[in-house]
Amino acid sequence: MAIDHHPPTINDPKRFFKDNVKQAVQIIKPSTGLLIAWIGLFVFILLWGSTPGKAQQPTPGGITDDQVNAIARQMYCPVCENTPLDVCPTQACAQWRELIREKLAAGWSEDQIKTYFVEQYGERVLATPPARGLNSLVYLVPPVAILAGVYVLYRALRSGKRPAQTAAPTPDKTETVPDEYMMRMEEELRKRN
Amino acid sequence: MNQETSPAALNPPASRPAWGRLAAWIGLFILLIIVAVALLQSQQGPVAIGKPAPDFTLKMFDDQTIQLASLKGKVVLVNFWASWCKPCEQEAADLETAWRYYQPRGDVAFIGIAWTDTEPASLAYIDKFDITYPNGPDLGTRISQVYRTTGVPETYIIDRGGNLAYKKFSPFLSLAEIKAAIDPLLEP
Repeated sequence: MAIDHHPPTINDPKRFFKDNVKQAVQIIKPSTGLLIAWIGLFVFILLWGSTPGKAQQPTPGGITDDQVNAIARQMYCPVCENTPLDVCPTQACAQWRELIREKLAAGWSEDQIKTYFVEQYGERVLATPPARGLNSLVYLVPPVAILAGVYVLYRALRSGKRPAQTAAPTPDKTETVPDEYMMRMEEELRKRN
Repeated sequence: MNQETSPAALNPPASRPAWGRLAAWIGLFILLIIVAVALLQSQQGPVAIGKPAPDFTLKMFDDQTIQLASLKGKVVLVNFWASWCKPCEQEAADLETAWRYYQPRGDVAFIGIAWTDTEPASLAYIDKFDITYPNGPDLGTRISQVYRTTGVPETYIIDRGGNLAYKKFSPFLSLAEIKAAIDPLLEP
């Protein structure tokens, strides 16, 4: 079968334009629809994101979720280990957040609420344990270990330099005063001679 | 040759801070001991059957206090629960029925301990299941820590001598199951 490699000739430019534009529109049509859909989705997301969500709305007590979460994120419940209270999805944590809201509505300060939670559930509810008793090791050991590491590194680097200096000592031409050892050595040699 | 002329004698090495090294080693040793003790404690299992049940004092929701040691001579059922715990709800009614069954005898005591629960929710739970035996919050999670509980519900039954006789780490499924755990301990 012969293949025509020649480009189509344009005998009737008007018709050629009409046919090709029609074809082009048919090709573009689906992608335009897709584009409109994407734009629509983008606008929807923008509008949805810009409107204040439920989380930002104050509750009847006048306390917002942000206020509650500001305290909740400093605590962990013993039920869900390693999950901060502000993002913990369990019912126990929801009850705790509700309790924080109630305390805030009652005029309690952040410190009062944290103290209450420690009394009720122990110090392990706090994200940052107080520097008391064995807990103080958490704050003491890392800096001490880092300082000790720096010291050990410093000593290692110094001792690494020393053999190189003793193996190939460079005579100091500017040194004019002989040291005591050399003087005594020369004296000994003189005595022997 | 005169010994005084030796280089070592003329140029003695700088004295090492021996006390610093010693302190570092002692510090490291103490730290390792602390870590080892903490690891051993965390790996301890629950209180063993036959061993003395750890004593505790519970401040109840009605502000009265109850001490386990004061109940020696009685069979004591200690139940850890929480209002947010669905399996706890499963056994709540049976526990209350069992309590009402044993209460007239006078030699059985029930204690409920609300673990990591909020007081309003706990009181609502007690009200919902019409629980009448002494109940209180595990303040500071101190009681659950000495019993090394792993969650809720957990039930410990202590014999007349104050030793742990029975433990269950899941809800009771029936009143008969609770009676089967208590009755053998009431036999003379």
